[in-house]
Amino acid sequence: MEIVGKLQKQFMDFMSSLYREGFLDDQFLQLQKLQDESNPDFVVEVVSLFFEDSEKLLNNLAMALQQQVVDFKQVDAHVHQFKGSSSSIGAQRVKNACVGFRNFCEEKNLDGCMQCLQHAKHEYFLVKNKLETLFRLEQQILAAGGTVPIIS
Amino acid sequence: MGSLLRMNRLLSSIVDSCNCIIDPQLPADDLLMKYQYISDFFIALAYFSIPVELIYFVKKSAIFPYRWVLVQFGAFIVLCGATHLINLWTFNMHTRNVAIVMTTAKVLTALVSCVTALMLVHIIPDLLSVKTRELFLKKKAAQLDREMGIIRTQEETGRHVRMLTHEIRSTLDRHTILKTTLVELGRTLTLEECALWMPTRTGLELQLSYTLRHQNPVGLTVPIQLPIINQVFGTNRVVKISPNSPVARLRPAGKYMPGEVVAVRVPLLHLSNFQINDWPELSTKRYALMVLMLPSDSARQWHVHELELVEVVADQVAVALSHAAILEESMRARDLLMEQNVALDLARREAEMAVRARNDFLAVMNHEMRTPMHAIIALSSLLQETDLTPEQRLMVETILKSSNLLATLINDVLDLSRLEDGSLQLDIDTFNLPALFREVLNLIKPIASVKKLFVTLSLSSDFPEYVIGDEKRLMQILLNVVGNAVKFSKEGSVSISAFVAKSDSLRDPRAPEFFAVPSENHFYLRVQVKDTGIGINPQDIPNLFSKFTQTQALATTNSGSTGLGLAICKRFVNLMEGHIWIESEGFGKGSTAIFIIRLGIPGRANESKLPFVAKLPANHMQMTFQGLKVLVMDDNGVSRMVTKGLLTHLGCDVTTVGSRDECLRVVTQEHKVVFMDVSMPGIHCYEVAVVIHERFRKRHGRPLIVALTGNTDRVTKENCMRVGMDGVILKPVSVDKMRSVLSELLEHGVVLES
Repeated sequence: MEIVGKLQKQFMDFMSSLYREGFLDDQFLQLQKLQDESNPDFVVEVVSLFFEDSEKLLNNLAMALQQQVVDFKQVDAHVHQFKGSSSSIGAQRVKNACVGFRNFCEEKNLDGCMQCLQHAKHEYFLVKNKLETLFRLEQQILAAGGTVPIIS
Repeated sequence: MGSLLRMNRLLSSIVDSCNCIIDPQLPADDLLMKYQYISDFFIALAYFSIPVELIYFVKKSAIFPYRWVLVQFGAFIVLCGATHLINLWTFNMHTRNVAIVMTTAKVLTALVSCVTALMLVHIIPDLLSVKTRELFLKKKAAQLDREMGIIRTQEETGRHVRMLTHEIRSTLDRHTILKTTLVELGRTLTLEECALWMPTRTGLELQLSYTLRHQNPVGLTVPIQLPIINQVFGTNRVVKISPNSPVARLRPAGKYMPGEVVAVRVPLLHLSNFQINDWPELSTKRYALMVLMLPSDSARQWHVHELELVEVVADQVAVALSHAAILEESMRARDLLMEQNVALDLARREAEMAVRARNDFLAVMNHEMRTPMHAIIALSSLLQETDLTPEQRLMVETILKSSNLLATLINDVLDLSRLEDGSLQLDIDTFNLPALFREVLNLIKPIASVKKLFVTLSLSSDFPEYVIGDEKRLMQILLNVVGNAVKFSKEGSVSISAFVAKSDSLRDPRAPEFFAVPSENHFYLRVQVKDTGIGINPQDIPNLFSKFTQTQALATTNSGSTGLGLAICKRFVNLMEGHIWIESEGFGKGSTAIFIIRLGIPGRANESKLPFVAKLPANHMQMTFQGLKVLVMDDNGVSRMVTKGLLTHLGCDVTTVGSRDECLRVVTQEHKVVFMDVSMPGIHCYEVAVVIHERFRKRHGRPLIVALTGNTDRVTKENCMRVGMDGVILKPVSVDKMRSVLSELLEHGVVLES
């Protein structure tokens, strides 16, 4: 049982740090609230969809920015999507990276866009890492027979 | 001639036969008788030949009115001749027959000669009168010839005048006119010299301006008051003048006798002389003098027709000169106008360019300024989230505050330019008025306390709690006005008072055109901010609300303001249908800023522009929305999933679509609410709302349409309202918010944006 307790504490600390460090925001909390008996894996499902979507978007972005003649409108559309998805799940830092990205798109600043892409990618992988760690912890707790604590 | 010869032969035979008869009687009387005999014979001959000659010549001539007379005369002569002939037989003893014949002849002759004599009494006067008539006609003919000569000369003159006039009038150039006049006159009249004297500017002298042949010293003048000149100017006829008068002394003096000289005045007409109906009044007399000289040593005299010609020409010249003057004037005026037009055009173009440049500048600068601003703010916020030492945190916070201030300033500038374009509109909403004042007070208190100023706020007892207006901009106005009061007061106090304005307090004596009309749903709020600061010179007060101006005092105190604040306040106040002004008694006597604005009263809501409800405390019913059919349209998969999860959590029966076409295909009457994500690019999402409106208009129960959007700026809200959406919600939506939205929707049929 201490394992569960320890795991739970670890989970709580980790979660708090995610919020504190700005990886996640309130929206993620909302998502967690939506998870209930009728929808037990809601969060995981949403996050997985987010990962899929994001990877596709990042690839599209990389390709679009490597074109001879860059279509900034298209790039902006992708970034818009990325921003939408990341804000829907509460990936705050990714969302902020997208904000800056859009500005460079408006200016048609290729170097700025490339930098932002790198930054967004970086943030995305960071948050992906964190979320995967979080889910692993959840699995561990459930496997150990405990319940996942809810943070309000 | 034949008869004559026969006559002669007969007579000679008679003479021969008579010779023997005469001789025996009287030898001394023989000679006499012989002579008588011969004389009678020749008389008879002559008598007989005269009528023959007469007849012959009369037959030759065509006209002779007196044939009857001729006949008579002829008869008389013949008879006379016959008588004399018969006389030849009576010299000797003759028979009684001869005597009878002689007597008959004599009687007849007497008869005819008496008749002829009587006739001649009538005829000879006639014949004489013919002669007189002939003389008379000759005289007449001579006279006609003379007159003919005169007419011809006149016609010549007329021709010359016409030609001269044509020459003169063919040009509208003053110099050419005058030169041509002189040249043509000189040619027509073959003058020795022709000169024109023009009055000088002063009008006191005549200056020799043009001469035909001889070069004269430049600037030769004569005073205008000479008697000879007055004489010429006094009449419009040509005046003969002496060749020795100063105006006529144009040629080097010589031995020759100078020809006759005449002078005539040439009126110089001004534009003002012409009236519509009258010929120019020559009351304002300015004349030029034209002097004409006949060739010397020619004994020529000025003829009347020549003088008339000169007079006519002088008149024509006057007219031509006036035309030239008019033309000059009009050309000058036209040139002036053209210049002005060009200048105006240039000024207009420059102004346009300036305006365009300013607008471009504003647009670009705004964008240019905003972009880095956003970057700074965004990155500073991000920086704030990281691990920082307290000093670093302080620095970052300062950076953030400053950049926010700067962003506000940029917004101000943009606001002002939009205000000027008229494109700024107020964000009308319901808000808590006393709370706004208190917030302003709280914001000002720290700064005021640093300066050791007292700030007091007094609100009237009938102060409304909730009002309708633009909260953000009212706060801006208040902050600006109160901020100024604090800024320009070194000590003392700042007092803010606000109350509902009654009619008497609505008027500002300095703005009589400001009419405040309170109505059922509106009231006027009067706010007074009084300070004990440095005051303002009353002369500067009108300029306070102009952009970028700073009074002398302000400029020296390095206030660090842009000068835009009051201008923006004024514009906002005007947009709120109000009036703002400042009163001050002078330097050092403090100042009071007063503004009156119109606000709406909630509750008696007849605002149909926006569907809104006052912010009530959030304790509405917790309804369950079990089975409520809703449709979610969002092209972002993740976002769609989250919204679906949210609504499912609340119990709704959710259908999701990813595009507009799908939405229109799927939507039915059973869907109670359609949630539409309008942050999709393009305005086409709004069209979906329009289509839904149309499709479900006929039937009862149209689904309510709510927009989900990432930004709630004016344009988005307007678009949503325009297409008839029932609400706008800002993403991301929390569970509680969605719950309250749904309950409001189902209760009121409309939702307030949050």
